[in-house]
Amino acid sequence: MNMESIRELQAYGYIFFTIFLVIILYSYIYHLYKSEKDGKRNYEKYSDMALHDNIDDVPVEKREIPLSAEKEK
Amino acid sequence: MQASNVLNYDYSVAKCFTYATILFGIVGMLIGVIIAYQMAYPELNYFAGEYGTYSRLRPLHTSGVIFGFLLSGIFATWYYVGQRVLKVSIAESKFLMSVGRVHFWLYLVVILMAVVSLFMGISTSKEYAELEWPLDIGVVLLWVLWGISIFGLIGIRREKTLYVSIWYYIATFLGVAMLYLFNNMEVPTYFVSGMGKWYHSVSMYAGTNDAMVQWWYGHNAVAFVFTVPIVAMIYYFLPKESAQPIFSYKLSILSFWGLMFVYLWAGGHHLLYSTVPDWVQTMGSIFSIILILPSWGSAINMLLTMKGEWGQLKENPLIKFMVLASTFYMLSTLEGPIQAIKSVNALAHFTDWIPGHVHDGTLGWVGFMTMAALYHMTPRMFKKELFSKKLMESQFWLQTTGIVMYFSSMWIAGITQGMMWRASDQYGNLEYSFMDTVSVLIPYYTLRATGGLFYLIGFLLFAYNMYKTITSGKAILSEPQNSSPMQA
Repeated sequence: MNMESIRELQAYGYIFFTIFLVIILYSYIYHLYKSEKDGKRNYEKYSDMALHDNIDDVPVEKREIPLSAEKEK
Repeated sequence: MQASNVLNYDYSVAKCFTYATILFGIVGMLIGVIIAYQMAYPELNYFAGEYGTYSRLRPLHTSGVIFGFLLSGIFATWYYVGQRVLKVSIAESKFLMSVGRVHFWLYLVVILMAVVSLFMGISTSKEYAELEWPLDIGVVLLWVLWGISIFGLIGIRREKTLYVSIWYYIATFLGVAMLYLFNNMEVPTYFVSGMGKWYHSVSMYAGTNDAMVQWWYGHNAVAFVFTVPIVAMIYYFLPKESAQPIFSYKLSILSFWGLMFVYLWAGGHHLLYSTVPDWVQTMGSIFSIILILPSWGSAINMLLTMKGEWGQLKENPLIKFMVLASTFYMLSTLEGPIQAIKSVNALAHFTDWIPGHVHDGTLGWVGFMTMAALYHMTPRMFKKELFSKKLMESQFWLQTTGIVMYFSSMWIAGITQGMMWRASDQYGNLEYSFMDTVSVLIPYYTLRATGGLFYLIGFLLFAYNMYKTITSGKAILSEPQNSSPMQA
Protein backbone atom coordinates (compact mmCIF):
# COMPACT_ATOMS: atom_id res chain seq x y z
CA MET A 1 0.00 0.00 0.00
CA ASN A 2 1.41 3.40 -0.89
CA MET A 3 1.78 6.29 1.51
CA GLU A 4 -1.08 8.22 -0.03
CA SER A 5 -3.56 5.39 0.61
CA ILE A 6 -2.32 4.98 4.18
CA ARG A 7 -2.82 8.70 4.81
CA GLU A 8 -6.31 8.52 3.29
CA LEU A 9 -7.26 5.57 5.48
CA GLN A 10 -5.88 7.37 8.53
CA ALA A 11 -8.01 10.40 7.73
CA TYR A 12 -11.18 8.27 7.37
CA GLY A 13 -10.31 6.46 10.60
CA TYR A 14 -9.81 9.78 12.36
CA ILE A 15 -13.18 11.16 11.22
CA PHE A 16 -14.99 7.90 12.03
CA PHE A 17 -13.57 7.65 15.55
CA THR A 18 -14.19 11.31 16.30
CA ILE A 19 -17.85 11.02 15.29
CA PHE A 20 -18.18 7.69 17.10
CA LEU A 21 -16.72 9.05 20.35
CA VAL A 22 -18.85 12.19 20.21
CA ILE A 23 -21.95 10.01 19.78
CA ILE A 24 -20.92 7.83 22.75
CA LEU A 25 -20.32 10.90 24.91
CA TYR A 26 -23.64 12.58 24.13
CA SER A 27 -25.53 9.27 24.39
CA TYR A 28 -24.19 8.80 27.89
CA ILE A 29 -25.22 12.32 28.90
CA TYR A 30 -28.65 11.69 27.36
CA HIS A 31 -28.87 8.38 29.24
CA LEU A 32 -28.07 10.08 32.57
CA TYR A 33 -30.77 12.72 32.13
CA LYS A 34 -33.32 10.30 30.62
CA SER A 35 -32.96 7.82 33.51
CA GLU A 36 -33.65 10.64 35.93
CA LYS A 37 -36.60 11.98 33.95
CA ASP A 38 -38.18 8.52 33.72
CA GLY A 39 -37.80 8.09 37.46
CA LYS A 40 -35.48 5.07 37.11
CA ARG A 41 -32.74 6.74 39.10
CA ASN A 42 -32.13 9.84 41.12
CA TYR A 43 -28.41 10.38 40.77
CA GLU A 44 -28.28 13.50 42.89
CA LYS A 45 -29.47 11.71 46.01
CA TYR A 46 -26.29 9.61 45.94
CA SER A 47 -24.43 12.59 47.43
CA ASP A 48 -26.17 11.62 50.66
CA MET A 49 -23.96 8.55 50.86
CA ALA A 50 -21.11 10.81 51.96
CA LEU A 51 -23.21 13.20 54.03
CA HIS A 52 -25.02 10.50 56.02
CA ASP A 53 -22.35 7.89 56.46
CA ASN A 54 -22.67 6.81 60.07
CA ILE A 55 -22.92 3.09 60.40
CA ASP A 56 -26.45 3.35 61.79
CA ASP A 57 -27.66 5.82 59.13
CA VAL A 58 -30.27 4.45 56.76
CA PRO A 59 -28.61 3.49 53.45
CA VAL A 60 -29.63 5.57 50.45
CA GLU A 61 -30.47 2.34 48.62
CA LYS A 62 -30.38 -0.68 50.88
CA ARG A 63 -28.73 -3.75 49.48
CA GLU A 64 -30.61 -6.96 49.97
CA ILE A 65 -28.11 -9.27 51.65
CA PRO A 66 -29.00 -12.97 51.57
CA LEU A 67 -29.74 -14.28 55.06
CA SER A 68 -26.92 -16.84 54.84
CA ALA A 69 -24.36 -14.13 54.07
CA GLU A 70 -25.61 -12.01 56.96
CA LYS A 71 -25.20 -14.99 59.32
CA GLU A 72 -21.65 -15.62 58.18
CA LYS A 73 -20.72 -12.11 59.24
CA MET B 1 -28.06 -3.75 73.15
CA GLN B 2 -24.87 -4.26 75.12
CA ALA B 3 -22.08 -1.79 74.53
CA SER B 4 -19.75 -4.51 73.23
CA ASN B 5 -22.24 -5.39 70.51
CA VAL B 6 -22.53 -1.89 69.11
CA LEU B 7 -21.23 -1.88 65.58
CA ASN B 8 -18.50 0.66 64.87
CA TYR B 9 -16.19 1.43 62.02
CA ASP B 10 -12.73 0.04 62.64
CA TYR B 11 -9.94 2.49 61.93
CA SER B 12 -6.93 0.46 63.09
CA VAL B 13 -5.55 -0.08 59.58
CA ALA B 14 -6.37 3.51 58.55
CA LYS B 15 -4.42 4.76 61.59
CA CYS B 16 -1.34 2.69 60.68
CA PHE B 17 -1.35 4.08 57.15
CA THR B 18 -1.84 7.60 58.54
CA TYR B 19 1.38 7.27 60.58
CA ALA B 20 3.17 5.92 57.48
CA THR B 21 1.93 8.89 55.40
CA ILE B 22 3.44 11.34 57.86
CA LEU B 23 6.71 9.41 58.20
CA PHE B 24 7.31 8.95 54.46
CA GLY B 25 6.10 12.49 53.78
CA ILE B 26 8.84 13.89 56.01
CA VAL B 27 11.53 11.63 54.53
CA GLY B 28 10.50 12.10 50.88
CA MET B 29 10.10 15.87 51.11
CA LEU B 30 13.33 16.31 53.10
CA ILE B 31 15.26 14.50 50.37
CA GLY B 32 13.47 16.68 47.80
CA VAL B 33 14.66 19.84 49.55
CA ILE B 34 18.22 18.47 49.79
CA ILE B 35 18.44 17.71 46.07
CA ALA B 36 16.89 21.06 45.22
CA TYR B 37 19.65 22.80 47.20
CA GLN B 38 22.22 20.54 45.53
CA MET B 39 21.20 22.03 42.19
CA ALA B 40 21.72 25.53 43.57
CA TYR B 41 24.92 24.64 45.47
CA PRO B 42 26.58 21.69 43.67
CA GLU B 43 29.20 21.19 46.40
CA LEU B 44 26.37 19.81 48.59
CA ASN B 45 26.55 16.68 46.42
CA TYR B 46 29.50 15.43 48.45
CA PHE B 47 28.08 15.61 51.96
CA ALA B 48 27.73 11.84 52.39
CA GLY B 49 29.94 10.20 49.79
CA GLU B 50 28.11 8.19 47.15
CA TYR B 51 24.96 8.07 49.31
CA GLY B 52 24.46 11.82 49.19
CA THR B 53 24.81 12.47 45.47
CA TYR B 54 21.95 13.92 43.46
CA SER B 55 21.71 10.85 41.25
CA ARG B 56 21.39 8.53 44.24
CA LEU B 57 18.88 10.72 46.07
CA ARG B 58 16.59 11.73 43.21
CA PRO B 59 14.85 8.34 42.80
CA LEU B 60 14.57 8.20 46.58
CA HIS B 61 12.72 11.52 46.54
CA THR B 62 10.33 10.54 43.77
CA SER B 63 9.70 7.01 45.05
CA GLY B 64 9.52 8.30 48.64
CA VAL B 65 6.79 10.82 47.94
CA ILE B 66 4.88 8.77 45.35
CA PHE B 67 5.02 5.27 46.79
CA GLY B 68 5.76 6.20 50.41
CA PHE B 69 3.83 9.35 51.28
CA LEU B 70 1.06 9.26 48.72
CA LEU B 71 0.28 5.55 48.53
CA SER B 72 0.04 5.41 52.34
CA GLY B 73 -2.26 8.41 52.18
CA ILE B 74 -4.41 6.69 49.55
CA PHE B 75 -4.57 3.49 51.60
CA ALA B 76 -5.31 5.42 54.82
CA THR B 77 -8.23 7.21 53.18
CA TRP B 78 -9.47 4.00 51.55
CA TYR B 79 -9.63 2.18 54.91
CA TYR B 80 -11.57 5.18 56.24
CA VAL B 81 -13.82 6.25 53.35
CA GLY B 82 -14.45 2.72 52.03
CA GLN B 83 -16.16 1.59 55.21
CA ARG B 84 -18.20 4.75 55.62
CA VAL B 85 -19.73 5.11 52.18
CA LEU B 86 -20.38 1.37 51.91
CA LYS B 87 -21.84 1.49 55.46
CA VAL B 88 -20.03 -1.60 56.61
CA SER B 89 -17.34 -2.04 59.23
CA ILE B 90 -14.22 -3.90 58.17
CA ALA B 91 -14.33 -5.52 61.63
CA GLU B 92 -17.46 -7.37 60.52
CA SER B 93 -15.19 -9.70 58.57
CA LYS B 94 -12.23 -11.23 60.38
CA PHE B 95 -10.77 -12.18 57.02
CA LEU B 96 -10.81 -8.62 55.69
CA MET B 97 -9.41 -7.34 58.97
CA SER B 98 -6.44 -9.73 58.64
CA VAL B 99 -5.98 -8.81 54.98
CA GLY B 100 -5.87 -5.14 55.97
CA ARG B 101 -3.22 -5.77 58.63
CA VAL B 102 -1.04 -7.93 56.37
CA HIS B 103 -1.48 -5.31 53.64
CA PHE B 104 -0.03 -2.64 55.93
CA TRP B 105 2.92 -4.66 57.22
CA LEU B 106 3.87 -6.00 53.80
CA TYR B 107 3.63 -2.48 52.42
CA LEU B 108 5.91 -1.18 55.14
CA VAL B 109 8.50 -3.91 54.56
CA VAL B 110 8.50 -3.39 50.78
CA ILE B 111 8.85 0.39 51.06
CA LEU B 112 11.66 0.13 53.62
CA MET B 113 13.47 -2.36 51.39
CA ALA B 114 12.92 0.00 48.47
CA VAL B 115 14.53 2.83 50.44
CA VAL B 116 17.53 0.66 51.32
CA SER B 117 17.98 -0.69 47.78
CA LEU B 118 17.75 2.75 46.20
CA PHE B 119 20.27 4.13 48.71
CA MET B 120 22.58 1.29 47.67
CA GLY B 121 22.19 2.35 44.06
CA ILE B 122 20.28 -0.75 42.97
CA SER B 123 18.00 0.48 40.21
CA THR B 124 16.47 -0.55 36.91
CA SER B 125 17.05 3.05 35.73
CA LYS B 126 13.44 3.38 34.57
CA GLU B 127 11.96 6.58 35.95
CA TYR B 128 9.38 5.96 38.72
CA ALA B 129 9.91 2.21 38.15
CA GLU B 130 13.40 1.92 39.61
CA LEU B 131 12.70 -1.03 41.90
CA GLU B 132 14.32 -4.31 40.89
CA TRP B 133 12.30 -7.44 40.21
CA PRO B 134 12.29 -9.01 43.73
CA LEU B 135 10.72 -5.82 45.09
CA ASP B 136 8.34 -5.64 42.14
CA ILE B 137 6.97 -9.00 43.22
CA GLY B 138 6.44 -7.58 46.73
CA VAL B 139 4.58 -4.61 45.21
CA VAL B 140 2.34 -6.94 43.20
CA LEU B 141 1.52 -8.96 46.34
CA LEU B 142 0.58 -5.95 48.41
CA TRP B 143 -1.46 -4.60 45.52
CA VAL B 144 -3.40 -7.88 45.32
CA LEU B 145 -4.07 -7.62 49.07
CA TRP B 146 -5.44 -4.13 48.58
CA GLY B 147 -7.66 -5.45 45.78
CA ILE B 148 -9.01 -8.16 48.08
CA SER B 149 -9.70 -5.51 50.67
CA ILE B 150 -11.57 -3.29 48.17
CA PHE B 151 -13.68 -5.98 46.56
CA GLY B 152 -14.15 -7.86 49.84
CA LEU B 153 -15.58 -4.78 51.51
CA ILE B 154 -17.78 -4.10 48.48
CA GLY B 155 -18.98 -7.70 48.73
CA ILE B 156 -20.33 -7.25 52.27
CA ARG B 157 -21.65 -3.69 51.90
CA ARG B 158 -25.05 -2.48 53.06
CA GLU B 159 -25.29 0.40 50.59
CA LYS B 160 -26.39 -0.93 47.21
CA THR B 161 -24.93 1.75 44.97
CA LEU B 162 -21.23 2.48 44.98
CA TYR B 163 -20.48 6.11 45.84
CA VAL B 164 -18.41 7.91 43.18
CA SER B 165 -15.28 7.86 45.36
CA ILE B 166 -15.39 4.07 45.34
CA TRP B 167 -15.37 4.14 41.54
CA TYR B 168 -12.20 6.20 41.67
CA TYR B 169 -10.54 3.88 44.19
CA ILE B 170 -11.40 0.87 42.00
CA ALA B 171 -9.94 2.68 38.98
CA THR B 172 -6.75 3.38 40.95
CA PHE B 173 -6.47 -0.29 41.79
CA LEU B 174 -7.09 -1.55 38.26
CA GLY B 175 -5.11 1.17 36.50
CA VAL B 176 -1.95 0.78 38.57
CA ALA B 177 -2.18 -3.03 38.43
CA MET B 178 -2.21 -2.98 34.63
CA LEU B 179 0.48 -0.31 34.26
CA TYR B 180 2.84 -1.73 36.84
CA LEU B 181 2.71 -5.24 35.45
CA PHE B 182 3.34 -4.25 31.86
CA ASN B 183 6.07 -1.70 32.50
CA ASN B 184 7.95 -3.93 34.91
CA MET B 185 8.18 -6.91 32.59
CA GLU B 186 11.87 -7.57 33.05
CA VAL B 187 14.43 -10.26 32.40
CA PRO B 188 16.55 -11.25 35.42
CA THR B 189 19.99 -11.25 33.81
CA TYR B 190 21.70 -13.61 36.27
CA PHE B 191 19.15 -16.37 35.79
CA VAL B 192 18.98 -16.00 32.03
CA SER B 193 22.60 -15.39 31.09
CA GLY B 194 24.62 -15.60 34.31
CA MET B 195 25.40 -11.88 34.04
CA GLY B 196 25.13 -9.39 36.93
CA LYS B 197 23.86 -9.96 40.46
CA TRP B 198 20.84 -12.14 41.18
CA TYR B 199 18.61 -9.11 41.63
CA HIS B 200 19.61 -7.34 38.41
CA SER B 201 17.32 -7.19 35.41
CA VAL B 202 16.83 -5.53 32.05
CA SER B 203 13.57 -4.43 30.51
CA MET B 204 11.82 -6.96 28.30
CA TYR B 205 11.28 -4.21 25.73
CA ALA B 206 14.03 -2.55 23.74
CA GLY B 207 14.70 0.93 22.40
CA THR B 208 11.73 2.96 21.27
CA ASN B 209 9.26 0.31 22.41
CA ASP B 210 10.71 0.50 25.89
CA ALA B 211 10.34 4.29 25.84
CA MET B 212 6.71 4.04 24.75
CA VAL B 213 5.80 1.51 27.42
CA GLN B 214 7.76 3.49 30.01
CA TRP B 215 5.89 6.74 29.31
CA TRP B 216 2.57 5.03 28.95
CA TYR B 217 3.34 3.89 32.51
CA GLY B 218 4.99 7.13 33.63
CA HIS B 219 2.20 9.41 32.59
CA ASN B 220 -0.49 7.10 33.86
CA ALA B 221 1.26 6.90 37.20
CA VAL B 222 0.36 10.61 37.25
CA ALA B 223 -3.17 9.61 36.26
CA PHE B 224 -3.81 6.73 38.61
CA VAL B 225 -1.69 7.77 41.60
CA PHE B 226 -1.66 11.58 41.49
CA THR B 227 -5.12 12.19 40.10
CA VAL B 228 -7.72 9.44 40.31
CA PRO B 229 -7.38 8.58 44.04
CA ILE B 230 -7.09 12.26 44.95
CA VAL B 231 -10.36 12.89 43.10
CA ALA B 232 -11.77 9.98 45.16
CA MET B 233 -10.68 11.83 48.29
CA ILE B 234 -12.07 15.24 47.35
CA TYR B 235 -15.45 13.79 46.33
CA TYR B 236 -15.82 12.46 49.85
CA PHE B 237 -14.00 14.90 52.11
CA LEU B 238 -15.11 18.26 50.65
CA PRO B 239 -18.87 17.51 50.71
CA LYS B 240 -18.54 15.87 54.12
CA GLU B 241 -16.51 18.66 55.75
CA SER B 242 -18.66 21.42 54.25
CA ALA B 243 -22.02 19.62 54.65
CA GLN B 244 -22.81 20.36 51.01
CA PRO B 245 -24.00 17.72 48.54
CA ILE B 246 -21.89 17.42 45.38
CA PHE B 247 -22.98 20.17 42.97
CA SER B 248 -23.77 17.64 40.24
CA TYR B 249 -23.44 13.93 40.90
CA LYS B 250 -24.13 13.28 37.21
CA LEU B 251 -21.15 15.45 36.25
CA SER B 252 -18.98 13.47 38.68
CA ILE B 253 -19.63 10.18 36.90
CA LEU B 254 -19.48 11.71 33.44
CA SER B 255 -16.05 13.12 34.32
CA PHE B 256 -15.08 9.72 35.68
CA TRP B 257 -15.64 7.95 32.37
CA GLY B 258 -14.07 10.83 30.47
CA LEU B 259 -10.95 10.68 32.62
CA MET B 260 -10.71 6.90 32.35
CA PHE B 261 -10.97 6.92 28.59
CA VAL B 262 -8.78 9.87 27.79
CA TYR B 263 -5.88 9.60 30.24
CA LEU B 264 -4.56 6.28 28.94
CA TRP B 265 -3.77 7.77 25.52
CA ALA B 266 -1.92 10.88 26.62
CA GLY B 267 1.47 9.40 27.62
CA GLY B 268 2.94 9.94 24.15
CA HIS B 269 3.38 13.65 24.96
CA HIS B 270 6.50 12.71 26.98
CA LEU B 271 8.12 11.57 23.76
CA LEU B 272 7.47 14.49 21.43
CA TYR B 273 10.30 15.01 18.94
CA SER B 274 11.77 11.62 19.77
CA THR B 275 12.05 8.42 17.71
CA VAL B 276 8.49 7.23 18.36
CA PRO B 277 6.12 7.31 15.35
CA ASP B 278 4.72 10.72 14.54
CA TRP B 279 1.12 9.58 14.93
CA VAL B 280 1.82 8.44 18.51
CA GLN B 281 3.16 11.90 19.29
CA THR B 282 0.18 13.65 17.70
CA MET B 283 -2.23 11.34 19.51
CA GLY B 284 -0.48 12.11 22.82
CA SER B 285 -0.86 15.84 22.17
CA ILE B 286 -4.50 15.66 21.14
CA PHE B 287 -5.61 13.48 24.03
CA SER B 288 -3.72 15.75 26.43
CA ILE B 289 -5.79 18.71 25.22
CA ILE B 290 -9.04 16.74 25.49
CA LEU B 291 -8.00 15.81 29.03
CA ILE B 292 -8.79 19.36 30.14
CA LEU B 293 -12.52 18.54 29.92
CA PRO B 294 -12.86 15.66 32.41
CA SER B 295 -10.25 17.19 34.72
CA TRP B 296 -12.03 20.52 34.86
CA GLY B 297 -15.34 18.67 35.09
CA SER B 298 -14.30 17.33 38.50
CA ALA B 299 -12.51 20.47 39.66
CA ILE B 300 -15.38 22.83 38.74
CA ASN B 301 -17.84 20.39 40.27
CA MET B 302 -15.96 20.69 43.55
CA LEU B 303 -15.76 24.48 43.43
CA LEU B 304 -19.48 24.71 42.60
CA THR B 305 -20.20 22.42 45.54
CA MET B 306 -19.14 25.39 47.66
CA LYS B 307 -21.62 27.70 45.86
CA GLY B 308 -23.19 30.06 48.37
CA GLU B 309 -20.97 28.64 51.10
CA TRP B 310 -17.78 30.55 50.51
CA GLY B 311 -17.98 31.95 54.02
CA GLN B 312 -16.69 28.57 55.17
CA LEU B 313 -13.31 29.48 53.68
CA LYS B 314 -12.94 32.05 56.43
CA GLU B 315 -14.06 29.79 59.23
CA ASN B 316 -12.53 26.47 58.34
CA PRO B 317 -8.90 26.02 57.23
CA LEU B 318 -9.66 22.49 56.00
CA ILE B 319 -12.05 23.91 53.40
CA LYS B 320 -9.30 26.32 52.41
CA PHE B 321 -6.85 23.44 51.87
CA MET B 322 -9.36 21.56 49.73
CA VAL B 323 -10.52 24.53 47.66
CA LEU B 324 -6.93 25.48 46.94
CA ALA B 325 -6.19 21.84 46.06
CA SER B 326 -9.02 21.89 43.55
CA THR B 327 -7.78 25.21 42.16
CA PHE B 328 -4.26 23.83 41.73
CA TYR B 329 -5.78 20.80 40.02
CA MET B 330 -7.34 23.17 37.50
CA LEU B 331 -4.09 25.06 37.06
CA SER B 332 -1.92 22.00 36.50
CA THR B 333 -4.45 20.26 34.23
CA LEU B 334 -4.46 23.35 32.03
CA GLU B 335 -0.69 23.79 32.15
CA GLY B 336 0.03 20.14 31.26
CA PRO B 337 -2.01 20.17 28.04
CA ILE B 338 -0.41 23.48 27.03
CA GLN B 339 3.02 21.88 27.46
CA ALA B 340 1.85 18.92 25.38
CA ILE B 341 1.16 21.10 22.31
CA LYS B 342 4.01 20.30 19.92
CA SER B 343 5.12 23.87 19.30
CA VAL B 344 5.09 24.70 23.04
CA ASN B 345 6.85 21.45 23.79
CA ALA B 346 9.65 22.39 21.40
CA LEU B 347 10.48 25.09 23.92
CA ALA B 348 9.46 23.37 27.16
CA HIS B 349 10.87 19.86 26.71
CA PHE B 350 13.76 19.00 29.09
CA THR B 351 13.53 22.41 30.77
CA ASP B 352 12.78 23.31 34.39
CA TRP B 353 9.24 24.26 33.42
CA ILE B 354 8.42 20.53 33.54
CA PRO B 355 9.33 19.93 37.22
CA GLY B 356 7.62 23.27 37.88
CA HIS B 357 4.42 21.86 36.38
CA VAL B 358 4.74 18.58 38.24
CA HIS B 359 5.15 20.35 41.56
CA ASP B 360 2.21 22.74 41.29
CA GLY B 361 0.18 19.55 40.80
CA THR B 362 1.82 17.48 43.51
CA LEU B 363 2.38 20.13 46.18
CA GLY B 364 -0.82 22.07 45.53
CA TRP B 365 -3.29 19.40 44.55
CA VAL B 366 -1.97 16.09 45.87
CA GLY B 367 -0.21 17.30 49.03
CA PHE B 368 -2.93 19.71 50.16
CA MET B 369 -5.73 17.24 49.54
CA THR B 370 -3.95 14.39 51.33
CA MET B 371 -3.17 16.53 54.39
CA ALA B 372 -6.73 17.89 54.47
CA ALA B 373 -8.06 14.32 54.33
CA LEU B 374 -5.88 13.23 57.25
CA TYR B 375 -6.87 16.34 59.22
CA HIS B 376 -10.52 15.45 58.65
CA MET B 377 -10.07 11.80 59.61
CA THR B 378 -8.01 12.29 62.77
CA PRO B 379 -10.69 13.76 65.09
CA ARG B 380 -13.02 10.95 64.05
CA MET B 381 -10.47 8.14 64.32
CA PHE B 382 -8.97 9.26 67.64
CA LYS B 383 -12.01 11.07 69.05
CA LYS B 384 -9.97 14.19 69.71
CA GLU B 385 -10.26 17.81 68.63
CA LEU B 386 -7.59 18.98 66.21
CA PHE B 387 -4.82 20.54 68.29
CA SER B 388 -4.43 23.97 66.73
CA LYS B 389 -6.34 25.96 64.14
CA LYS B 390 -3.72 28.74 64.25
CA LEU B 391 -0.97 26.31 63.41
CA MET B 392 -3.05 25.02 60.52
CA GLU B 393 -3.49 28.57 59.20
CA SER B 394 0.25 29.23 59.44
CA GLN B 395 0.94 25.95 57.67
CA PHE B 396 -1.49 26.87 54.91
CA TRP B 397 0.09 30.23 54.16
CA LEU B 398 3.65 29.00 54.51
CA GLN B 399 3.06 26.13 52.12
CA THR B 400 1.07 28.24 49.65
CA THR B 401 3.95 30.73 49.55
CA GLY B 402 6.35 27.82 49.04
CA ILE B 403 4.36 26.45 46.11
CA VAL B 404 4.14 29.86 44.43
CA MET B 405 7.90 30.33 44.84
CA TYR B 406 8.48 26.86 43.42
CA PHE B 407 6.42 27.07 40.28
CA SER B 408 7.00 30.72 39.43
CA SER B 409 10.79 30.29 39.67
CA MET B 410 10.60 27.18 37.51
CA TRP B 411 8.40 28.87 34.92
CA ILE B 412 10.94 31.65 34.53
CA ALA B 413 13.90 29.24 34.66
CA GLY B 414 12.32 26.84 32.17
CA ILE B 415 11.38 29.41 29.58
CA THR B 416 14.77 31.15 29.94
CA GLN B 417 16.49 27.81 29.50
CA GLY B 418 14.40 26.87 26.44
CA MET B 419 14.96 30.25 24.79
CA MET B 420 18.72 30.12 25.41
CA TRP B 421 19.02 26.59 24.02
CA ARG B 422 17.39 27.56 20.76
CA ALA B 423 18.95 31.02 20.33
CA SER B 424 21.21 31.27 17.31
CA ASP B 425 23.20 34.02 15.66
CA GLN B 426 22.83 35.25 12.08
CA TYR B 427 24.91 32.34 10.76
CA GLY B 428 22.84 29.71 12.53
CA ASN B 429 25.41 28.99 15.24
CA LEU B 430 24.10 28.39 18.75
CA GLU B 431 24.47 31.53 20.78
CA TYR B 432 24.97 29.93 24.19
CA SER B 433 26.78 26.91 25.58
CA PHE B 434 25.04 24.61 28.04
CA MET B 435 27.06 26.07 30.93
CA ASP B 436 25.84 29.58 30.03
CA THR B 437 22.30 28.43 30.73
CA VAL B 438 23.31 26.77 34.01
CA SER B 439 24.88 29.90 35.44
CA VAL B 440 21.82 31.98 34.50
CA LEU B 441 19.51 29.50 36.25
CA ILE B 442 21.33 29.31 39.61
CA PRO B 443 19.30 32.09 41.36
CA TYR B 444 16.05 30.38 40.34
CA TYR B 445 17.32 27.09 41.75
CA THR B 446 17.94 28.78 45.10
CA LEU B 447 14.45 30.27 45.00
CA ARG B 448 12.93 26.88 44.14
CA ALA B 449 14.81 25.10 46.93
CA THR B 450 13.68 27.72 49.43
CA GLY B 451 10.09 27.34 48.25
CA GLY B 452 10.47 23.60 48.81
CA LEU B 453 11.93 24.28 52.26
CA PHE B 454 8.85 26.38 53.14
CA TYR B 455 6.64 23.49 52.08
CA LEU B 456 8.70 21.04 54.16
CA ILE B 457 8.49 23.29 57.25
CA GLY B 458 4.72 23.44 56.66
CA PHE B 459 4.64 19.66 56.51
CA LEU B 460 6.53 19.46 59.80
CA LEU B 461 3.91 21.80 61.32
CA PHE B 462 1.26 19.40 59.99
CA ALA B 463 3.09 16.43 61.55
CA TYR B 464 3.39 18.27 64.88
CA ASN B 465 -0.28 19.27 64.80
CA MET B 466 -1.27 15.66 64.12
CA TYR B 467 1.05 14.37 66.87
CA LYS B 468 -0.35 16.82 69.43
CA THR B 469 -3.92 16.03 68.36
CA ILE B 470 -3.39 12.32 68.83
CA THR B 471 -1.45 12.57 72.09
CA SER B 472 -3.01 15.51 73.88
CA GLY B 473 -6.01 16.79 71.89
CA LYS B 474 -9.22 17.63 73.77
CA ALA B 475 -11.49 14.58 73.82
CA ILE B 476 -14.79 14.78 71.94
CA LEU B 477 -17.84 12.87 73.13
CA SER B 478 -19.69 12.34 69.89
CA GLU B 479 -18.48 12.18 66.34
CA PRO B 480 -18.78 15.50 64.49
CA GLN B 481 -21.16 15.29 61.53
CA ASN B 482 -19.42 17.78 59.32
CA SER B 483 -16.99 20.57 60.16
CA SER B 484 -14.00 19.12 62.04
CA PRO B 485 -13.65 20.38 65.62
CA MET B 486 -10.44 22.28 66.32
CA GLN B 487 -8.97 24.22 69.17
CA ALA B 488 -7.97 27.83 68.52
